[in-house]
Amino acid sequence: MSTQTPPTTDATPDAPASLTEERGTQAADRIFSGVAKGAGIVILVALAGVAFFLIKESIPALSAEPSELSGNADSLWDFVAPLVFGTVYAAILALVLATPLAIAIALFISHYAPRRLATTLGYVTDILAAVPSVVFGLWGLFVLAPIMVPFMGVLEGALGWLPLFAGPVANSGRTLLVATIVLSVMILPIITSISREIFLQTPRLHEEAALALGATRWELIKLAVLPYARSGIISATMLGLGRALGETMALALILAPTPGLISLNIVSTQNSQAIAPNIALRFPESSGLEVNGLFLTGLVLFVITFLVNFAARRITDNAFSGAN
Amino acid sequence: MSTMTSPPPSTEARPASITQGQLPARLPLYLGIGALVVSAIITLPVFGTNWALLVLIALALYMVVLNVLSRRTEGARRATDRMVTTLVSGAFALAMLPLISVMYTVFDLGLPRFDGQFFTETMRNVVGVGGGAAHALVGTLIITLFATLISVPIGILTAVYLVEYGKGPLAKAVTLLVDVMTGIPSIVAGLFAAGLFAQLAGPGTKNGLAGAVALSVLMVPIVVRAAEEMIRLVPNELREAAYGLGVPKWRTITKVVLPTAIAGILTGVTLAIARVIGETAPLLIAVGTTDSMNLNPFSDRMATLPIFAYYSYQQPGFGDGIQASYDRSWAASLTLMLVVMILFGLARVLANVLKPKGLK
Repeated sequence: MSTQTPPTTDATPDAPASLTEERGTQAADRIFSGVAKGAGIVILVALAGVAFFLIKESIPALSAEPSELSGNADSLWDFVAPLVFGTVYAAILALVLATPLAIAIALFISHYAPRRLATTLGYVTDILAAVPSVVFGLWGLFVLAPIMVPFMGVLEGALGWLPLFAGPVANSGRTLLVATIVLSVMILPIITSISREIFLQTPRLHEEAALALGATRWELIKLAVLPYARSGIISATMLGLGRALGETMALALILAPTPGLISLNIVSTQNSQAIAPNIALRFPESSGLEVNGLFLTGLVLFVITFLVNFAARRITDNAFSGAN
Repeated sequence: MSTMTSPPPSTEARPASITQGQLPARLPLYLGIGALVVSAIITLPVFGTNWALLVLIALALYMVVLNVLSRRTEGARRATDRMVTTLVSGAFALAMLPLISVMYTVFDLGLPRFDGQFFTETMRNVVGVGGGAAHALVGTLIITLFATLISVPIGILTAVYLVEYGKGPLAKAVTLLVDVMTGIPSIVAGLFAAGLFAQLAGPGTKNGLAGAVALSVLMVPIVVRAAEEMIRLVPNELREAAYGLGVPKWRTITKVVLPTAIAGILTGVTLAIARVIGETAPLLIAVGTTDSMNLNPFSDRMATLPIFAYYSYQQPGFGDGIQASYDRSWAASLTLMLVVMILFGLARVLANVLKPKGLK
């Protein structure tokens, strides 16, 4: 956020020529501020609407027979739990892949690349953020999946004793590992851009003090930049997690999931399904209570991402009030 | 001290050079080329043209050799520094690979059907080969236009409220909720629009407006954030000068504050459009798709480019039609990418053209 304080001036303008003109001015001022306030209220109402309609459409699903929501569920828990697991599992794997890479990229742009190049590179990461998710999904399916098949075979051979790589490897390459890599590419830009911003905010004096002590570039980063940016990195990661939890199309296109399955395996044909792609795949063909069931899972997703984002904001806010 | 492994200075008489105890500046470059050549000699005969392996082995060679050389002449600290530099640069190069690969793939597979027919015909009564995405392109433009018309006024006015009037619990709540809105998964925005229009127009309603509403939920927070940041950058002296001349607050905002910030705001709006124009999930829920041209966003389903790309892959038909459908899918992806890149370019141009005169 900018350090500039918002103007708090309530300065009344000089007295206008006539009394009627002043009334007109005051009325116009009141109307304008009312309209601006109204826009803020619209946002409140819209968010309340999101919560309201999700809850309203979910309620019928709570009292319904679980088998009517999804063919193979014995209870509501059976219906929701595998989806929640699939969502969180894929998101966390993506985060594990993306975070170190994103921090390295942010450092490269903020502290390694020449100043001129840095602007362009920041621009390139922004473009990466704007690539439509359906394009990423198709790319993962057509390009990345075939490349990854032999590699996944190696993983199974070397690390097959881990439940993660137990196999059998899917020959189509439509596995959670491929989906996770695509997902991590998609969340890279958000983690990178926030980390980069915070790295650039490192107090100049801290950096110069480190340099004056004879620190190399890496020591400068270790001594001055990373400690300052720690909470910012955590919050950027959380925001990336929020993005990964809600990502739909990459998973919907790449995975051929098994409904109701909870599996740690990331290289086999048998995959857990996540909430968002499940809605995208099933909503167009659903009717009646099935739709309500999907709304219920949407509500669960909304609550999870809300909590994650809220935690991220809390971390940033606390950090900045402390730093300043 | 005397146990240092680095070679001692040969003669005390010669004045120490400023670059003494440092590797030559060009060395990493030569070393990199050398590592690539050696790696090529090792891998090409054994594994054939496996670029990933070649680069990986070259990188490992480069790091080991540079580390050893640097450790001997410059000491452990510098050696570590050089290694981190290599790792960080390598990570950046690695992250660029998907972007380059996506660009290449989209152009390579998209160009075969990126023709006149693709932009002038619809999929009505087309089975298998042929057809186009004119209806989807028009649908995307209409829905994005409506989303922009909804979110830009709300976004900018909210930003004005937060910066110029915002005090007390309401402003705090709005700030918090804009943050929350930034994190709403796109599919949830689609569900909201579906629920809202089920309430207004009966269950199962799908039309362009519902899609525009869903996209607005995603777009408003981006616009608010961008506009808020830009309005805060307007110097307070400008506002005070206007008040001093007797200009009422609302005219100060519309005539002084907003024109000063307009370049940044429009750039932010353009980037927000670029972000939502490729959204697939909410439109899948709220708009559905169709094979025919539909110019009316207030009734019936509309086709959009992302959904067109998605269904052309998911439901490709049979026989010869499958490849034709995949080709259409990639052509739609290429069109989307081009639109996004044009919007990015536009944002840059706008930022330069509309800058207040003093800053040019």
